Amino acid sequence: MNSLTSSSPDVESTIRPGSYYGNGIPYLPIDGYPGKIIAIEGTDGVGRSTQIRLLREWLEVQGYGVIETGWTRSELMQPTIELAKASNTLNKLTFVLLYATDFADRLEKEIIPALKAGFIVLSDRYIYTAMARAGVRGVDRTWMRNLYGFAIAPHLVFYLKIDEKTLIRRVLQSRGMDFWESGMDMKLGDDIYESFRAYQRSLLREYTSMADEFGFRVLDARRKVEVIQDELRRQIGAFLAESETSAATTTTG
Amino acid sequence: MEGIDGSGKTTQLALLAKWLSAAGHPVLVTEWNSSALVKAATKTGKKKNSLTPMTFSLLHATDFADRLLYNIVPPLKAGMIVLADRYAYTAFARDAARGVDRRWVRELYSFAVKPDLAVYFRVPIEVSTDRLMARRVKLKFYEAGLDMGWSSNAVESFRIFQGKVLDEYDRLVEEFGLSVVNAVGSITEQQRTFRKLVSQHLQIEETDEQLDEQLA
Repeated sequence: MNSLTSSSPDVESTIRPGSYYGNGIPYLPIDGYPGKIIAIEGTDGVGRSTQIRLLREWLEVQGYGVIETGWTRSELMQPTIELAKASNTLNKLTFVLLYATDFADRLEKEIIPALKAGFIVLSDRYIYTAMARAGVRGVDRTWMRNLYGFAIAPHLVFYLKIDEKTLIRRVLQSRGMDFWESGMDMKLGDDIYESFRAYQRSLLREYTSMADEFGFRVLDARRKVEVIQDELRRQIGAFLAESETSAATTTTG
Repeated sequence: MEGIDGSGKTTQLALLAKWLSAAGHPVLVTEWNSSALVKAATKTGKKKNSLTPMTFSLLHATDFADRLLYNIVPPLKAGMIVLADRYAYTAFARDAARGVDRRWVRELYSFAVKPDLAVYFRVPIEVSTDRLMARRVKLKFYEAGLDMGWSSNAVESFRIFQGKVLDEYDRLVEEFGLSVVNAVGSITEQQRTFRKLVSQHLQIEETDEQLDEQLA
């Protein structure tokens, strides 16, 4: 069967942080918005939410306005995504599209208004999670990148990296394996542990393959919470100082 | 089958389905935005009028992907005829009219199966509005494009929005080679043209007398 349209690969080499990856949303121009997006990426069990909570505290003490946004948290889509996951009727495309709808809702309703108002948006996971999960499931890479052409390139992306063994132990310790996080929809085998392991391994591989393409700042997530937090603060602090200096130069002439 | 609201395409589709079934062709009808998967989200979004052109577009694509998997591809594999009341072209036309990037929507739907025949029932705004008004159809918020804020009057907003949708369809006719049926003529006339178009793809022989009999 022929597909309806043939997509031409879009090679976007240098995307400016704070601008759309692709053609974007034509009715929402975002150029010159003062806010920043900082994304914390990584698999389950790397401590993203702890790091975000600490960062928020630190930023607010310094006087920065902060909002948080997280995967599948949109008002519009959360119930549908949960229902769909529970009923196991999703296929890889509907899975991907429900996530994209959730992201679009949060982008237009939370992220863009916050950028306009000068907030720092701390994003618990970003589009790379969607790309990794889709990549593992064999969804066409070019199609995925076109789909998220309406996403805004974050100013900073931190990837909390972990090895397979540590990841598995942490997930088992915290909340155990669930159907989707074990990739059981991919029918890799009946043994849930083996399926989980194979799935998490491919997921890690997907994240690694995106590191260069999307300019991830890679942090070793096996270190102590405070050590990672210090590193995050150092890099974010440097970035904010630099952008304030350049903003000041622009205004003064 | 494509066309704006009030173009009569659903009537035409029902008559075509009757004819095909009578001729021994197993038919399956699938309607735009009908999958159970996105029903809850669409309902929530519509009730609160909180859908944006982007989420509107993506929800419809999700619906389409779901129907493609469950309602379109299996019957095609089984050698059946799938009659789609609206197809991806509806998204191309409506989403672009709402200001979504044209190329993005086309790429979004690149997973869709290319139809063997795409028929566009072309009708001027006045005719479609008159038909809808005659049926006392209450214009809905999104169908009337009221989300765009072009006019607070439903009928006026509908005219503006559908006008933009028509312009988009005109682009699509050329871009995707849609077969155009003049949807202003009588139902029988249109159905005759429609059946002729379909026969070219199915080799169904039929005289006009037989058609008149069925339509009577």
